[in-house]
Amino acid sequence: MDEAQAVLDSIEGTVGEIAVDNPKMSMRDVDVFYAEKQAIFGVDLDVANNEVIAMIGPSGCGKSTFLRCLNRMNDTIPICRVSGSVMLDGDDIYAADQDPVLLRARVGMVFQKPNPFPKSIFDNVAYGARIHGLAANRAELDDIVVGSLKRAGLYEEVKSRLDAPGTSLSGGQQQRLCIARSIAVSPEVILMDEPCSALDPIATARIEELIDELRENYAIAIVTHSMQQAARVSQRTAYFHLGKLVEVGDTNEIFTNPQHELTENYITGRFG
Amino acid sequence: MADKLHLDQHISQKFNDELEDIRSRALQMGGMVEKQVSGGLQALLEGNSELGNKVAKLDHEVNSLEVEIDEACTQVLARRQPAASDLRLIVTVIKVITDLERIGDEAEKLGRFAVDLASSRELPAYRKELRHLGELVQTMLHDALDCFARMDYEAALKVAARDDDVNAEYETLSRLLITHVMEDPRQVKNVFNITWCARALERIGDHSVNICEYVVFLVKGKDIRHTNLVDINQSLKP
Repeated sequence: MDEAQAVLDSIEGTVGEIAVDNPKMSMRDVDVFYAEKQAIFGVDLDVANNEVIAMIGPSGCGKSTFLRCLNRMNDTIPICRVSGSVMLDGDDIYAADQDPVLLRARVGMVFQKPNPFPKSIFDNVAYGARIHGLAANRAELDDIVVGSLKRAGLYEEVKSRLDAPGTSLSGGQQQRLCIARSIAVSPEVILMDEPCSALDPIATARIEELIDELRENYAIAIVTHSMQQAARVSQRTAYFHLGKLVEVGDTNEIFTNPQHELTENYITGRFG
Repeated sequence: MADKLHLDQHISQKFNDELEDIRSRALQMGGMVEKQVSGGLQALLEGNSELGNKVAKLDHEVNSLEVEIDEACTQVLARRQPAASDLRLIVTVIKVITDLERIGDEAEKLGRFAVDLASSRELPAYRKELRHLGELVQTMLHDALDCFARMDYEAALKVAARDDDVNAEYETLSRLLITHVMEDPRQVKNVFNITWCARALERIGDHSVNICEYVVFLVKGKDIRHTNLVDINQSLKP
């Protein structure tokens, strides 16, 4: 425990440029507590438009916790307390007048395990559009569902069985269904928490290809345990350690010449 | 062993061993090539055609070691997907052994020309210059490999700067040889052979510079090829 504390104390600020020119989201001095225990320490970070930013770090480093701050997913945990500022297009998402449901339509999320609703493929994708009243009639709803399935690269595989249960699909297809569901409500940011960790390499490659295509229209933040995945899909990489943001920078630079010893140790599999 | 990159601190002991094996085989290849160069130079200066032949034949061993190390590097890339300093080490070794192999080729040339020139009457006139050029280059190669072994980028920059002396020496010798040919055109073949030897030595100097540049990349992660020394020192400032 003392050793971890010593490492924690040794991390002073973040190496690299935390700010970007056109931030979609801008986090400053974010602290997160689970009851008395502090999980995130003063993290500053921007997420840019049309960018994939990868968040990496050992288990328990706070990367998922931090990701979940970006659409107030931590609100669902009673003992969790977030301080600091999290801005989306310059608006504080933790302000009293912010509706978390509307916020989560703007900042969508894809989870580690595909979690389709126990409904048909069609209804899974239509769900968000229905509750947010995005379609005026059935034809518009069809357009949204088909368009989202197409953008998620799933339409061709399921077009003949849109009434089949979402749970009847393979793992990789289910994950793409969840991505289709999240983009059906026209989000601006997509958060992904280890979206491929339950998938085989082929399904993973499909999702990664999709992430790259989605980048044209969205800002994407992805938490991953796979360093190779971070290297493949992201333009910037952020390395978390014991709840602090140790280093952030251009992915090319992080994977060839990281500046912080902790980053180097982690990505090369050395003893910390 | 000064290990600035902590190559032996991976969680996987086997990975430590693989990287250390690659590094030490690259150094072993460096040692072989150094020996080849000094043998080639000695054969040339002493007119020892037996040694010249021996040096020329040594090239096969150097070549097969290059292939072996290349294979080991490919395996690490495929199986370990190295990153950061590990990746830089593998890339550096792949490049270093390419230059070493070419130095080996130049040494082989020295060996072959030593055989041709063993009975030449022109060579003794240039022995002093060739020896001087050869010694400069030999030391440069030795020091470049030493920098690689010790991962000392600051020393590598100093070694690389010595190439100017090698080039100046080569220019001087070239001018002498041109004058000689103009005075006595019948000797053109022998003079040409001596020129080729000088050229081979000069090239070994260039390859040694490359090795020094790779050492800077290995340690600092900066590619300093095709950059002048002032810019390099500027970019390496902390």
